[in-house]
Amino acid sequence: MEKDIVLKATNINKYFRDPTLFHVLKDISFEVDRGEFVSIMGKSGCGKSTLLYILSTMDTDYEGKLVLDGEDLSLKTADELAFIRNQHIGFIFQFHYLLQEFTVLENVMLPAKKLGIKSLQEIEHDAIEKLRLLGIADQAQKLSMQISGGQKQRVAIARALINSPSIIMGDEPTGNLDSKNAQIVFSILKELSEEENLSLLVVTHDLDFAQKTNRIIEMEDGRIIKHITP
Amino acid sequence: MNYRVISSIAKTHIFSRLKQSSIAALGVTFGIGTFITLVSFMTGLNGLLDGLVLNRTPHVHLYNELKVSEKQPIDFITQPEKEFSVIHSIQPKFNQLRIHNALPILDYLNKDERVKGAIPQITVQVFYKAGSVNLNGVLNGIEPLEEDRLFHLGDYIIDGDVQKLKNKPSGIIIGGGVANKLKLEMGDRVYISAPNGGLFQLKIVGIYQSGLADIDDIQSFVNVKMAQRIVGQSGSYITDINVKLYDLEESVAMAKQLSKQFNISAKDIKAANAQFETGTSIRNIITYAVSITLLVVAGFGIYNILNMLIYEKMNDIAILKATGFSGKDVQLIFISQAMIIGIIGGLLGLIVGFGLSLLISYTPFETDALPTIKTFPVNFDPAYYVIGIVFALIATFLAGYLPSRRARDIDPVEIIRGQ
Repeated sequence: MEKDIVLKATNINKYFRDPTLFHVLKDISFEVDRGEFVSIMGKSGCGKSTLLYILSTMDTDYEGKLVLDGEDLSLKTADELAFIRNQHIGFIFQFHYLLQEFTVLENVMLPAKKLGIKSLQEIEHDAIEKLRLLGIADQAQKLSMQISGGQKQRVAIARALINSPSIIMGDEPTGNLDSKNAQIVFSILKELSEEENLSLLVVTHDLDFAQKTNRIIEMEDGRIIKHITP
Repeated sequence: MNYRVISSIAKTHIFSRLKQSSIAALGVTFGIGTFITLVSFMTGLNGLLDGLVLNRTPHVHLYNELKVSEKQPIDFITQPEKEFSVIHSIQPKFNQLRIHNALPILDYLNKDERVKGAIPQITVQVFYKAGSVNLNGVLNGIEPLEEDRLFHLGDYIIDGDVQKLKNKPSGIIIGGGVANKLKLEMGDRVYISAPNGGLFQLKIVGIYQSGLADIDDIQSFVNVKMAQRIVGQSGSYITDINVKLYDLEESVAMAKQLSKQFNISAKDIKAANAQFETGTSIRNIITYAVSITLLVVAGFGIYNILNMLIYEKMNDIAILKATGFSGKDVQLIFISQAMIIGIIGGLLGLIVGFGLSLLISYTPFETDALPTIKTFPVNFDPAYYVIGIVFALIATFLAGYLPSRRARDIDPVEIIRGQ
């Protein structure tokens, strides 16, 4: 049986032109399988975040080939990429990144409303379902500025899940949390990967975190130096 | 569907910063409200001032002018092109005051499609008699209802009305100055002595006041038939024809044509009142300049507030873009905010403008020049309300468009990295 590849990057090269020409990413090639929990590790400045933004389609200024779910992303327009992000990619950031003035429920519903496939009732039902999965259904009607940091990060995960994406990407999702909350968030992610067969790609420099994932991609100076399977 | 999400985000942004949004909306309200008030009031006043000049002035006035013959007798026997003759003490030629063939001319004019109406008038020099006093005066023989329709005579009658004159053949609408001097009131009788010596007793059915003492002291109005009786002439005796056109601009050409066609003196309104048009257009320019300035200031208010909002909302913009909203969607969110502010502010502005105009239109304003006007004139033309709201929408759109373009072009990666 062939491997089910979700994300495939081939020869990704990236340059910063400002202030001087700088080769950030050098011939990056790797794959993520369906249901695989992959972490990217490396020192600050090794280009791991930059790589994540390219993989997330938000940064389009690169050379190389990027395929998500069999679709070549390298040649798409900005609007098409926005649509792909909306439907197929979920995000979790280091800093919670919720819309402050909206309720928790509205934050979770927003990407689904944008996608516009389901009715409002269905979306609301799904959103509450995701919040329940993450154990914060009781916070649904609060404004997102009124809940704690750990809760915010869980809301962000619920939001990432709402459109049933092919892959979830995280940029230091536990980096801003205390160890207890970090533990909760990690076990949620792990569960999603194992039980929902969801692919996860997470940038981190927390070795404990990384060692509990399926595979660690270690980067140095813009190159992948090794793949470690703990 | 997509737009519902976008407008709900826009609304949330507006309502979560109610104070700022209200200030921006109030800026628009103030701009539009003042625009409506100013334009309504100014055009109302303009209409009044124009009316002072235009209402009572015929667009073309036909009459026989007393003048020196252009071709003197000696010119018939010499050749004026080649020879030079000197004539001393030229006298004007005797000329009948009556217009020759007046009735066919009136007929002809009333059939012309440019003409709103052409009416006869008979001017008679008379004396108002009171005991041994003879007071100099001028009687105008008119057709009362037509005179009112075309030249708004009714607006200048402070007591009585034109219908009464129409109903009473021996009635007179007497000048306010004359009435004062002779201590005459409505219903009193006044004696008129005609140029040929006849004495007529007329009943006062109205008092006329133009605001110009020189006119009010001598002028009175009677029916055409009465005037013809006073001068002892037949029904075809008419000294003046007053023409009102649909389009004032045609008066010059029309006067020229009629003068040639009927060999008669014809004076157009532009020759009679050259300066009035300049005043009107300058007042209009001032009105529009002030209004547009106000609206532009309101527009800058919205521009500023949206610009600030976008700085504050950098995070939101990054999140929206990361979760799949395109640059256009984000731009639409901010334009929607501007438009919501513009629509609410603009509609309030229309209401405020209407309210202020109404207030002005109830403010007492009395002038001798227009005895029937008691309050300030205000022009409630709906066109100004349409202009106001359209301008509000255009101004807020532009004020929102520039900042929204910035929001569209924000790179979410930069914001997320910058944290």
